[in-house]
Amino acid sequence: MKTPAMTGKALKAAAVPKKKKKGLNLSRKRAMMGYLFVLPFIIGLITFFMVPMVKSVIFSFNRLDVVEGGYKLTPMGLENYRKMFFSDVNYTRNLTDALLYMVTNVPLILIFSFFAANLLNQKYRGRSLARAIFFLPVILTSGVMLVVESGDLLQSSYGIAQPDTQEGAFRAVELARLLLQTRLSTRFIDYIISAVDRIYDIVSMSGVQILIFLAGLQSIPPSLFEASNIEGATGWENFWKITFPMVSPLILVNTVYTIIDTLTNSTNAVMDQIDTVAFGRMDFGLSSAMALVYFFAIFAVVGIVVWLVSKLVFYYE
Amino acid sequence: MKIKGIFRRKSDALDKQQHRRHMLYTWGRRSWSIIRGVIIAGICFLIIYPTLVKLSVSFMPEKDIYDVTVRYVPKSPTFENYKTVYKAMKYPTAFLNTLKLCALTSIMQLISCTLIGYGFARFKFRGRNTLFALVILTMIVPPQTLMLPLYLHFQSFDIFGIISAITGGKGGIRLLDSYWPFILMSATGMGLKNGLYIYIMRQFFRGMPKELEEAAYVDGAGMLRTFVQIMLPSAVPGMVTIFLFSFVWQWTDTFFSNLFLQNTKVLASALSNVTFEITQDIYRETGVNVALSPAISSMYSNTASLIVILPLLILYLFAQKRFVESIERTGIVG
Repeated sequence: MKTPAMTGKALKAAAVPKKKKKGLNLSRKRAMMGYLFVLPFIIGLITFFMVPMVKSVIFSFNRLDVVEGGYKLTPMGLENYRKMFFSDVNYTRNLTDALLYMVTNVPLILIFSFFAANLLNQKYRGRSLARAIFFLPVILTSGVMLVVESGDLLQSSYGIAQPDTQEGAFRAVELARLLLQTRLSTRFIDYIISAVDRIYDIVSMSGVQILIFLAGLQSIPPSLFEASNIEGATGWENFWKITFPMVSPLILVNTVYTIIDTLTNSTNAVMDQIDTVAFGRMDFGLSSAMALVYFFAIFAVVGIVVWLVSKLVFYYE
Repeated sequence: MKIKGIFRRKSDALDKQQHRRHMLYTWGRRSWSIIRGVIIAGICFLIIYPTLVKLSVSFMPEKDIYDVTVRYVPKSPTFENYKTVYKAMKYPTAFLNTLKLCALTSIMQLISCTLIGYGFARFKFRGRNTLFALVILTMIVPPQTLMLPLYLHFQSFDIFGIISAITGGKGGIRLLDSYWPFILMSATGMGLKNGLYIYIMRQFFRGMPKELEEAAYVDGAGMLRTFVQIMLPSAVPGMVTIFLFSFVWQWTDTFFSNLFLQNTKVLASALSNVTFEITQDIYRETGVNVALSPAISSMYSNTASLIVILPLLILYLFAQKRFVESIERTGIVG
């Protein structure tokens, strides 16, 4: 009577560790595979990100002179930082300008790209052509193209609004008159008008965002809309109660992407200044310091925005 | 009879109401589709207009630029601008260099970002979330922060002193002016905007049904085989997207190509120097040092930007269908 129970217990005792060991092996094996897949990134992160980052920090506290076969560092303490904030006339102004530009542009880009994605998601003839054209700016205004276009003489004389010229076919004079009669606050009207004036900038910076929103819109299960239509919901209600919450995670993603994109754009004044200080004035230490401060500014902005926006995000699962 | 009459009247009224509602509905829809058409056409025009302007300017001879009666259609169209720009940019060599560079980097980035994205999407391992946060961090850091150390790094490239030990203490090897910096950085997911590609691929793989893999495991396929034979074929739309992005952005990038390639000419850097090169060409031919007027140099740079972008537009024309299709399947969800 006792023996079978014993053997049963023994069997159980023998079986349990075996099973446990096997399970551990599989998950360990999968973890190993995971590391293997991510390995290129880990290598890249260390050699092309962390080491340069640390070096950049070191450079910022030194004076770097290029000598035969390498470079020489002379410790300067906080001199570079002092120079950047207190004797360089442009840096702080460029920095605040870049941040202000970001603050005004990001909401506009987000609203436009969400609107455009909704337009491209509806069914009508010529939709694929419209989609193909809406994504063209990804090609037309990337990298060097943007640099060539910004401040180009002929482009601005043909009415493509440039941030620093006052004329152009797309200037919203009539709209300004109309809005002034509504007696809204002038600051609000200025914002709207500047948005209309910069519509080309905004459209051309929205390519990736439209793509992300569109993908999000298409991943909403159609059954949700069917159910709400049966309940008698209007299109307006559908939009706010289904579409908006369902794509809200992507609003977060797109906000972060847009902030990064506008702040690390090649036409950005701060980026330009960092370039010229390094390769024009050969002041590598100062350039590193500027770049680092700029990075921390971006990091802080992204951090604050993520914290704010993530409260609004709804996760469906 | 009476009851029937009332009934009929009531149903008539109902019909009328329904009919009115229906009319309102169809008219609402119709007017919305007209408004929508106008908006879409407007935005499309806005996007294409600058390129059309460039196109018309590029065919103008010098005197048409100053002629106030000429707006869009040149009076005496000419190919001279294209010829000048073509020569000044040394287009054939620059084109081949760029093509080689872009093909290499975007294929490397495609491979590395797909692998890394899959690793983040489907495997649980310690530090996964921290690592993924670091992926986002690599996107936030402006490339300017890392440019000097990277430059110096590739000037005498070495991994933990291994190479200098082999060569006998002479320091690392010089990798500048070769494609190696691009290849190495792309292969490790550190190239231009690679954080975004990793993110896209991760979301793509996360959106695929788990049952697909489980079925493969049950049928006895290993993890590698499942990845190659099951997951990769379904990931093609996402891969088309990131390939297109990386190709386009590498093609028009001046930052990394100016940093790492000083003597090898690529199209992007040729474009930013085109007016300078043209004055040099004129000097060589005539011995006169001329300064181009702003309008003329703008005309040349617009023409040059057209022939830089032309190959990309052709590529987009072919990839466009796959690319737009891919959106429907990317299923990016935060």
